[in-house]
Amino acid sequence: MRRLPLLEVDHVSKRFGGIVALEAVSLNVEAGEIVGLIGPNGAGKTTAFNVITRLYTPDEGDVRFDGDSLLGTPPSAIVRRGIARTFQNVELFRGLSVIDNVRVGAHARQGEESVDDVLFYVNLHSVRHRGASELPYGTQKRVELARALASGPRLLLLDEPAGGLSHDEVERLGTFIRRLRGDFELTILLVEHHMGLVMSVADRVHVLDFGRTIAEGTPAEVQADKAVIEAYLGAPA
Amino acid sequence: MRLRLSVELLGFVALTAIVAELPRFVGDYRARELAIVGMYFIALLGLSILTGYSGQISLGHGAFMAIGGYTTAILTVNGFYGHPVRDLWTIPIAGVVAGIAGLLVGVPALRLSGLYLALITFGIAVSFPQLPKKFDHFLGGTTGKILNLAKPPYGLDTTTNDWIYYLTWGIALVLLLCAWLLVRGKTGRALKAIRDSEVAAASSGISLARYKTLAFGISAFYAGIAGSLYAIANAYVNPDVFPIILSVYLVVGLAVGGLDSLPGLIAGAALIYFLQNHADTVAKWLNHLPALSLDPKQPGISSVVFGAVLIVVMLLVPTGVGGLLRRVLHPLTTRLYTRS
Repeated sequence: MRRLPLLEVDHVSKRFGGIVALEAVSLNVEAGEIVGLIGPNGAGKTTAFNVITRLYTPDEGDVRFDGDSLLGTPPSAIVRRGIARTFQNVELFRGLSVIDNVRVGAHARQGEESVDDVLFYVNLHSVRHRGASELPYGTQKRVELARALASGPRLLLLDEPAGGLSHDEVERLGTFIRRLRGDFELTILLVEHHMGLVMSVADRVHVLDFGRTIAEGTPAEVQADKAVIEAYLGAPA
Repeated sequence: MRLRLSVELLGFVALTAIVAELPRFVGDYRARELAIVGMYFIALLGLSILTGYSGQISLGHGAFMAIGGYTTAILTVNGFYGHPVRDLWTIPIAGVVAGIAGLLVGVPALRLSGLYLALITFGIAVSFPQLPKKFDHFLGGTTGKILNLAKPPYGLDTTTNDWIYYLTWGIALVLLLCAWLLVRGKTGRALKAIRDSEVAAASSGISLARYKTLAFGISAFYAGIAGSLYAIANAYVNPDVFPIILSVYLVVGLAVGGLDSLPGLIAGAALIYFLQNHADTVAKWLNHLPALSLDPKQPGISSVVFGAVLIVVMLLVPTGVGGLLRRVLHPLTTRLYTRS
């Protein structure tokens, strides 16, 4: 018998006025997998994240987590279902200290024991009382990750974790994400522009272009796919 | 962090001592003036929770003060089923009635933000004074309602003004403590999170609807208490007691005190009282400056002075008195902190 995927995006469409952001996109993530979601700018990757976290309601289709639909769940209850996320352009609580940002992440939980552990894990414990907005961009991204981890998620959605990082930082990030999966028993869905990172980290890759799925498979399969090469490099004349 | 806690507690104890001793050093009428400053302070505490912490602006808090004031007037004059209620007991009721009104305003406010919310709340401030004129049997029309003069409780040997002072500041200190406990706990953190990023707050499990309406309710509760005390001190209410400009003054006091600094709000409250009532004194001081001659008797001079002082204060300390305090205390606390 086939195991049920942890996350099922089932023929989801989302339109904004005349613009089709997602068109019948289906995407499954098995428990314990790292899945990369890639595509050119405007392909609908962040829209997909916003649909999964219920910031957007899809026009058609369903999103199921652990077998149950998420569509009846309000955005603020998503984290209780076990889904946490980071944002493309770092959405920190700028007026709060690092530790308070992470405590907000634990808001939906009963205790705050996870906060200190998480701060140590992402190596932020020494700056925990600093204002979040005082820190350099790369560190702010770690605060955001710590906030997501503090909620004790089963599924972690990372929106461009490599964005704005230096070459060295990106290399370390790859190892870090794989280690994260093991240490926190996570399933990870990763939106990323940095092709090298996705190809080295992801078990499977899902490619969107203009809101449609154009390919999916292992990194090697996707890299050899004609449609993918066209989408990234433009169709041959 | 423990150091910061002790600094804050020490500050509170010092404030309590000052409040308790101050009437000995000032005249009876000054005590009354200070009591009114205390009422503004209470209203500003509420506004700070709403605007400074949850990030929702209100240009209509004068209306919530009016609701509190009218609740007290109705209960003491008309009474509850014909039984007049003693003014002291109407204070918490006034807070609750205003708080419920705040919750009701908070619901539509969920869909609005920034400028639109400012306009809606301003609309409330504008329209509210018309209600007593419409329901003049019940609310007394433009003449308003006359309350019994406030008297110290039987057996307490003190003047009325001193009594109003201690009553107001006693309540103010309790409400300051409550506000402080609220903002430093989980609720305050959730409010600040919403202020800084609504999407991230929602994704962290914070219900925007619940916390934003809660902030409106609490904030209006504070304003209602302030309005009730104001009615008791004045011994009358009418639409002019809570004019539209009162709501604007409160926002001014909040900006001067510092959006999210609770003790700084005392300075904001003092400034709005002082500039409303003693702008001519400021004009006299300013006349000592070279090349300035202001006629303190000239009509409109108080508004000019108010505006000018406000511009100067905001230029010098854009983060308000609270920001100034923090800047002075910050190096001290961080140094001690890193050493420990």
